[in-house]
Amino acid sequence: MADAAQNHIVGEHPDLLPPKTEVGVWGWMYHNLFSSPLNNFLTFFGLFLIWVTIPPMIDWLFIDADWVGETRDDCGREGACWIYIGVWFKQLMYGRYPDEDLWRINSMYIIGAIGLIWLVWPNLKYKGWIGVFMLFLFPVACYFMFSGGSFGLERIETPLWGGLFLTLVIAVVGIVASLPIGIVLALGRQSKNMPVIRAICVGFIELWRGVPLITVLFMASVMFPLFLPEGMNFDKLIRALVGVMLFSAAYMAEVVRGGLQAIPKGQYEAADSLGLSYWKSMALIVLPQALKIVIPGIVNTFIGLFKDTTLVLIIGLFDFLGMAQAVATNPDWLGFAVEGYVFVAFGFWVFCFGMSRYSQYLEEKLHTGHKR
Amino acid sequence: MAEQSIESSGQDLPAEGLVIGEEEVIKIVDMHKWYGQFHVLKNINLTVHKGERIVICGPSGSGKSTLIRCINRLEEHQRGQIMVEGTELTGDLKHIELIRREVGMVFQHFNLFPHLTVMENLALAPIWVKKMPRRDAEEVAMTYLKRVKIPEQAKKFPGQLSGGQQQRVAIARSLCMNPKIMLFDEPTSALDPEMIKEVLDVMIELAKTGMTMLVVTHEMGFAKTVANRVIFMDEGEIIEENEPEEFFNNAQHDRTKLFLSQILAH
Ligand SMILES: Nc1ncnc2c1ncn2[C@@H]1O[C@H](COP(=O)(O)OP(=O)(O)O)[C@@H](O)[C@H]1O
Ligand SMILES: [Mg+2]
Repeated sequence: MADAAQNHIVGEHPDLLPPKTEVGVWGWMYHNLFSSPLNNFLTFFGLFLIWVTIPPMIDWLFIDADWVGETRDDCGREGACWIYIGVWFKQLMYGRYPDEDLWRINSMYIIGAIGLIWLVWPNLKYKGWIGVFMLFLFPVACYFMFSGGSFGLERIETPLWGGLFLTLVIAVVGIVASLPIGIVLALGRQSKNMPVIRAICVGFIELWRGVPLITVLFMASVMFPLFLPEGMNFDKLIRALVGVMLFSAAYMAEVVRGGLQAIPKGQYEAADSLGLSYWKSMALIVLPQALKIVIPGIVNTFIGLFKDTTLVLIIGLFDFLGMAQAVATNPDWLGFAVEGYVFVAFGFWVFCFGMSRYSQYLEEKLHTGHKR
Repeated sequence: MAEQSIESSGQDLPAEGLVIGEEEVIKIVDMHKWYGQFHVLKNINLTVHKGERIVICGPSGSGKSTLIRCINRLEEHQRGQIMVEGTELTGDLKHIELIRREVGMVFQHFNLFPHLTVMENLALAPIWVKKMPRRDAEEVAMTYLKRVKIPEQAKKFPGQLSGGQQQRVAIARSLCMNPKIMLFDEPTSALDPEMIKEVLDVMIELAKTGMTMLVVTHEMGFAKTVANRVIFMDEGEIIEENEPEEFFNNAQHDRTKLFLSQILAH
């Protein structure tokens, strides 16, 4: 051994390769899968679980599934019947919105998608303007396009709205409105020298957080009209929207408050000593940092809200899930509820997973190397 | 520690930096402050003339920070008067805003804005408080970054800088508002020893420009060379104030002597 070492000039010893158990596939497997008896057991048990669940699932979802056809007789009943989804696709996506007016929804989808991608895509120009457009003009345009009644568009009552379209309307309105309202509520709750405003904010937040969303929706649809004068009637969807909005704003307020509390006092003092007013120091110094800290919490609330929209079912609105449930009771297509639910679950998953990934990307991007 | 800093700032100030005007820029009369029941500042009387460089020292908890924080209303006083640049500090937001424009402050922990680059940290207040066009604000920012000798760090985030560099950025950030008075609250006590000098050097340069400075520090070397007055505080009171020479060699009060012996002991 010692001799071998002497064969080289000092400093020129050709480095030995690391042992096999340290590198490559084998190294990784050795360390992560088979490092101890318990680990061996867990690895094999995990493989066993995968083996008993995944292949049958793939069989049902893809291999034995029926993809082409028109009626239920085309479904062999071995695997999933995706024909069912195909036949009811329009209802699942748009509810009972008239066929000849679907372009109104689709065109707004396209504009919305382009706007969103523009905002999300790194390093594109005019993000500010697009953001303003998406936040202010786009919702207004959506309102006129979807409900019609002006600009020569036929009026389409909200009871005809449904499916994924309705889910998106409720979720997006809730998401877009809850953040600013939540921020204002959180700031109000934090303001020490305005006791009245503070009390109002605390009261509001605690009231809405203390009741289940389902109760809020019930109140909005059943009890609220009782307080209105005779003959005056708000659209049911609008009532539900307001309920969802205020409910999620209360949650958002608490998430944002967590972020505000994490900002060191020195940041407020530095802003004050530079002469920034309250609103400027909030907008420029405190909120950008606070919101960044709570991105995971904000997105979590968004995702929760997105899924909670399914509760509108109980006040007679047919969202994505509600529509799947409704078409499952069609006498011609009994027995395919599972396919409907799987499809809806997949739809929800795509949106929620997308939000989750984007939040991770944002966190990474906004990290400026300051950890204090 | 003390010795090293004497060395570090051992350059003499040129005569023109020592000009002290007649104009009273800060006047504090019979000022008291309480935190609840706790009487933190007692009967403070202090007049600062234009161009003066005052070092405030004293044991921890004696109220030094509270005193200088009262001057730009980060803390509120309950009795007496504080006049800054002829404006009295009251609850009036207009007055507070006016005074904060004239008074810059540097903190122990820098308090830079971590989500903004160095350049954005500097340009922020000129743009949003002084309504300066962004171009001009960035030009001003660059001037001061050069003055604190780190123009090459403009695009970095504070978290990527050393403590000494961060504190110099913080000084530059205050200077960008073109203040008439600068307050320093232990600007070097959160720094590693090898970075203290670079910050003190910047402060010495600033003193040479004739800036009115109130500095809370335990850097006695800085006090000896830069200050024209040293104030000793204990338990919320100004115990003694004198020219540095007299203060260090001929302290009047026992408490001052005790403090000096402790701080100069090692
Ligand atoms: N927000 C506060 N509430 C109550 N007491 C405080 C507060 N801030 C400081 N104090 C107390 O006031 C005294 C003076 O504090 P400070 O001015 O920070 O002292 P120094 O800067 O001289 O070390 C200390 O006893 C401290 O505990
Ligand atoms: Mg202090």
